[in-house]
Amino acid sequence: MTTMTIAKAINEGLRTALTDHPKSLLMGEDIGALGGVYRVTDGLIGEFGPDRVVDTPLAESGIIGTAIGLALRGYTPVCEIQFDGFVFPGFNQITTQLAKIHSRSNGNLSVPVVIRIPYGGGIGSIEHHSESPEALFAHTAGLRIITPSNPHDAYWMIQQAVQCQDPVIVFEPKRRYWLKGEVDVEAPGRAGDPFEAHVLRTGTDATIVAYGPLVPVALAAANAAEEDGHSLEVIDLRSISPIDFDTVTASVQKTGRLIVAHEAPTFGGIGGEIAARISERAFHSLEAPVIRVGGFHMPYPVAKVEEDYLPDIDRILEALDRALSY
Amino acid sequence: MGTHLPSTEFDGTAVDDQREADAEAVMGEPPAQMVQLLGPDGKPGFDPVFTDYARKLTPEVLRGLYADMAAIRRFDVEATALQRQGQLALWVPLTGQEAAQIGSGRASQPQDYIFPTYREHGVALTRNVDLAELLRQFRGVSNGGWNPKDTNFHLYTLVLAAQTLHAVGYAMGIQRDQKLAAANAAGSGNPAAEPAAAVIAYFGDGASSEGDVHESMVFASSYNAPVVFFCQNNHWAISVPTEVQTKVPLSNRAKGYGFPGIRVDGNDVIAVHAVTEWALEHARQGKGPVLIEAFTYRVGAHTTADDPTKYRQAAEEDAWKAKDPLARLEKYLRSEGMADQEFFARVKADGDELAAYVRRTTHDLETPDIRTAFANTYAEAHPLVAEELAWFEEYSAGFAGEEPAEEPARQAVTAQASPKAGH
Ligand SMILES: Cc1ncc(C[n+]2csc(CCOP(=O)(O)OP(=O)(O)O)c2C)c(N)n1
Repeated sequence: MTTMTIAKAINEGLRTALTDHPKSLLMGEDIGALGGVYRVTDGLIGEFGPDRVVDTPLAESGIIGTAIGLALRGYTPVCEIQFDGFVFPGFNQITTQLAKIHSRSNGNLSVPVVIRIPYGGGIGSIEHHSESPEALFAHTAGLRIITPSNPHDAYWMIQQAVQCQDPVIVFEPKRRYWLKGEVDVEAPGRAGDPFEAHVLRTGTDATIVAYGPLVPVALAAANAAEEDGHSLEVIDLRSISPIDFDTVTASVQKTGRLIVAHEAPTFGGIGGEIAARISERAFHSLEAPVIRVGGFHMPYPVAKVEEDYLPDIDRILEALDRALSY
Repeated sequence: MGTHLPSTEFDGTAVDDQREADAEAVMGEPPAQMVQLLGPDGKPGFDPVFTDYARKLTPEVLRGLYADMAAIRRFDVEATALQRQGQLALWVPLTGQEAAQIGSGRASQPQDYIFPTYREHGVALTRNVDLAELLRQFRGVSNGGWNPKDTNFHLYTLVLAAQTLHAVGYAMGIQRDQKLAAANAAGSGNPAAEPAAAVIAYFGDGASSEGDVHESMVFASSYNAPVVFFCQNNHWAISVPTEVQTKVPLSNRAKGYGFPGIRVDGNDVIAVHAVTEWALEHARQGKGPVLIEAFTYRVGAHTTADDPTKYRQAAEEDAWKAKDPLARLEKYLRSEGMADQEFFARVKADGDELAAYVRRTTHDLETPDIRTAFANTYAEAHPLVAEELAWFEEYSAGFAGEEPAEEPARQAVTAQASPKAGH
């Protein structure tokens, strides 16, 4: 066991992937000498050279599109998109090409491209640096989407993404890059299946499902609720596509109440999908409607008021009050 | 660390042999030479086309160009200090690029419309944007900050290259307006009153790699739109040198789209003014787009979140400081007797006054209420927004009278380490 931050864990995970998989390579803007704007690729160009750690031209469509070509040629590119808001010039390549090549080729071709996207707010940043666009990608079949919330998962999930034959988008919770935790570099342990949800805390009165940046908030809310005498179960979803509905269903069958929390706008978000599925699967277990806690239907607001926008402990507790009031 | 020196573009004034050979190999002909009308030594240069434009600049105008460059540099220093003191979330410094911005901005006419990227503080000054308003975005109280209709200076754009297409579309609108005005004038017997207008689209050498720049040039060329593409080649896209974006001078790309491309010494305010004036006239006269590549240098960091020592050498920065745009115009003004000590002292005092104004007003920039974001998401009423706002009001009312300090758990989580890197 060693302690490291999420950023460092991804860095170590990438180092291991580059060592273990000679045909893997990193591509992105500023990932070489600078080590990426978040320094996640720090030092890797020195160890693996510019053919494996490629500072690309400033062109997201170019990055994703050429990664597809490299993948068709047997390579596993890991692309870094600098910020959530800048993935969109590459959106066309991701949704119309990357996601569909396997099915269009009747399964004959695979494009194991990994796309890393730092996402989410809470860092006092300017426009286009705080968004949570995961639902836009989850709606596209053919992509897998994961989001680690702790260093151990971060270390293993990035390597599992590299090994996956499907395209994987790794949404990295940027405000948690500096979150420290234990990493077992010897064995994945619970990190085993990257598409499986984890029950982080067991409880009996309600379930909170969160992922990525909101996992620590959900845990803190559960602690606060405990002081008020409520027992909450907290699930870290970890994978947004596919979603591990079995774990969520089992929990709801026990607790009878479900709150889903994410930073992305509530409308049309992942929370809605979870609410609908759980209503179908566990209708008779539900004591209350599934309640969603998320961002508002507005462009991510300016830094000075983002606290009003981001779901926090109070917003989750308010949702809990509503769920308990039924 | 710091081992990368841009090989072919290191010497900013001359097109070197390797570059010429590279360009010739690719294009079959040598690249355009760089227009320079005022050397780093403060001595005038000559150009068969643009010297005539330089001659039109009166001593008063030249002094004004100097004063603008000095003012915006002083502003830049102040904004950087404000960021260091935590008053701004981020700052994007322009030092080194004053001539490219002031020269081009001052060459525009009020009826022209400007699409900046995010570093065009000098152009903003020439368009009379209140510099305190310009800081709103960097203070995190607005995603815009000024009303573009007041100054014909559009909002900053952070998604690189997106604005180049908007610029071409706007220029296509100008073309249509001109046709309509001409038709109306023919009908009424009165000549069209509106002066011809053009558009300038600013972008960087890094952004030139984005697909949107290519598409904008295709559209501009296809429709002969009155747009001037103004690329500030400041040699670095954060940590990536220009060589990764292009092997030939960016101005040479224009040829492939079928319109003129000019490389100008971007640290020579006289040359920049001359070529931009020429290009805008060209566009306003209906002769189509022009690409200007201003060959310049970003002297400081990319933003206040950046660390240039990780990717470039001090020797390169020093070499460029020797080409400083202010120093060379100062030498020229002094040697020609166009400005005296008193003038330079006044410019300095004005700069200090501007800095004090910006410092004062920055503190007063109002933090908006999130309700304004609810109100501004759509132009017309929207039921979902109304519903969420109603929820928010009710939720907020539940905290009425509570001190924020009563929420220790909430603070503990939200105050978690905030990143120092970024952008
Ligand atoms: C589409 C997009 N991708 C990435 C970024 C992140 N980013 C911001 S500035 C920058 C470098 C831009 O370089 P350049 O175009 O040369 O302009 P400069 O900042 O040097 O003036 C990058 C990569 C962005 N803003 N937009």
